[in-house]
Amino acid sequence: MLKTPIYLDNNATTPLDPRVLEAMLPYFTEKFGNAASRNHPFGWAAEEGVDYAREQVAKLIGASEKEIIFTSGATESDNLAIKGVYEMYKDKGNHIITLTTEHKAVLDACKHLEKLGANITYLDVESDGLVDLQKLEAAFTDQTILVAIMYANNEIGVVQPVKEISALAHKHGALYFTDAVQAVGKIPVNVIEDGIDLLALSAHKMYGPKGVGALYVRRKNPRVKVTSQMDGGGHERGMRSGTLNVPGIVGLGKACELCYNEMEEEAKRLSALRDKLESGLTVLEESYVNGNVEHRLPHTANISFKYVEGEGLMMAMKDMAVSSGSACTSASLEPSYVLKSLGLSDDLAHSSIRFGLGRFTTEEEVDFAIENTLKAVNHLRELSPLWEMFKEGIDLDSIEWAAH
Amino acid sequence: MAYSDKVIDHYSNPRNVGTLDKSKSSVGTGLVGAPECGDVMRLQIEVDENHVITDAKFKTFGCGSAIASSSLATEWLKGKSIDEALTIDNMDIVEELALPPVKIHCSVLAEDAIKSAINDYRVKNGMEAIELEKSHH
Repeated sequence: MLKTPIYLDNNATTPLDPRVLEAMLPYFTEKFGNAASRNHPFGWAAEEGVDYAREQVAKLIGASEKEIIFTSGATESDNLAIKGVYEMYKDKGNHIITLTTEHKAVLDACKHLEKLGANITYLDVESDGLVDLQKLEAAFTDQTILVAIMYANNEIGVVQPVKEISALAHKHGALYFTDAVQAVGKIPVNVIEDGIDLLALSAHKMYGPKGVGALYVRRKNPRVKVTSQMDGGGHERGMRSGTLNVPGIVGLGKACELCYNEMEEEAKRLSALRDKLESGLTVLEESYVNGNVEHRLPHTANISFKYVEGEGLMMAMKDMAVSSGSACTSASLEPSYVLKSLGLSDDLAHSSIRFGLGRFTTEEEVDFAIENTLKAVNHLRELSPLWEMFKEGIDLDSIEWAAH
Repeated sequence: MAYSDKVIDHYSNPRNVGTLDKSKSSVGTGLVGAPECGDVMRLQIEVDENHVITDAKFKTFGCGSAIASSSLATEWLKGKSIDEALTIDNMDIVEELALPPVKIHCSVLAEDAIKSAINDYRVKNGMEAIELEKSHH
């Protein structure tokens, strides 16, 4: 029996894997020590848990355990990487290159630095969501100290050409930071092969707990340093003070281990389900898959259903949790900036739905999602004056809309 | 944000969905909003010789609250004279549907659609257009 509502919003967050929970539990009540307490067994037990987790995280991304800095999550990791590099290296230059489709934590950290004198280039992406390497190369100046380009996009799932990006950054003497929140644990990520100097990841996007993440900071070739953004006890090699969230860190470690072991199989299974979902939905007239369909995550599909509005559509997709590029709830009424960066018109951006499959998604759920979504789109098109006009052959661009 | 039961009811069972023949002089059509804003409402009224609204139909592209606001508007319009219909205020819709502050624009759009449909009817039938308040936006 299918249990509803079904969860297809795994790019927003994932459920905790029960095996992760099991690994975490002893660290709440029995091994509750402070990992920084070096002089008694309680502290040692906690430190042991943290050290093991550090190895598990490092292994998943091909790093060494000394290069892992635990944080409260990817927002903190993004901030620490960008602001920390800027503060540490601002004598070398003040220019940072990033993308318009980055997560807000990256964009807003950059905006903050602009106020402090940084010069930021926000590169547009191509219509498939990928960065154009020639345009990237042209953006470098002799002041460029950092390139901040995400590994995979959270809304459309496209995977950037990370190796080529890092090569360009290094050619121009800059560091390469990547927000890899959506990619780590889903597709192979290797900081050595990919040439990554700093990388942000988060536990709750890969079946771990919320409120914990990590920043990888390269120690060799080159040795990278970031200025800490929080003053205190000098934890995490002085880069991130604050008592370690031991149960969370243990959970992150376990989540990484599971991904390391199961990612390959899981990616195969999920991309097959994703393809089934996509082909089941694009039978609808005037439906479009957003983003590059070759270089992308296995579990994410973003589809625009023209002439229906995303939020209204989500309401009709009863018993399903998905996400929309429309933002009728926000005061600005602005649709997704990521979809707009692809050059999508506002009405198509308003009409988009993101489906995020995950470890616990079943084929039965995908079948339900297809049937339910088809029904919802057809229902809303019956109600849509735009669909009626389209069917009558009226060019919607020829109408003078009373924009408000 | 959870929707109120009334919004869900109007959204799931929308009243008076459809299209009236806009070429008839007895039919007034209001088309308001814009696709790029994520809301477009088309509201139509059919008016008899006594200026009483005998039928109302809508189609809406938008969120659940926008659909519910226009569905409710068509219910309220039927049986009212075109002068009475002008007194429908967006805040009446907000109250009836318990719309949260971020959805008030949906009710404003419904009020605009009512006025715009009435004006279309008035102009078609040799009456002067009513001046529309634009202060809402």
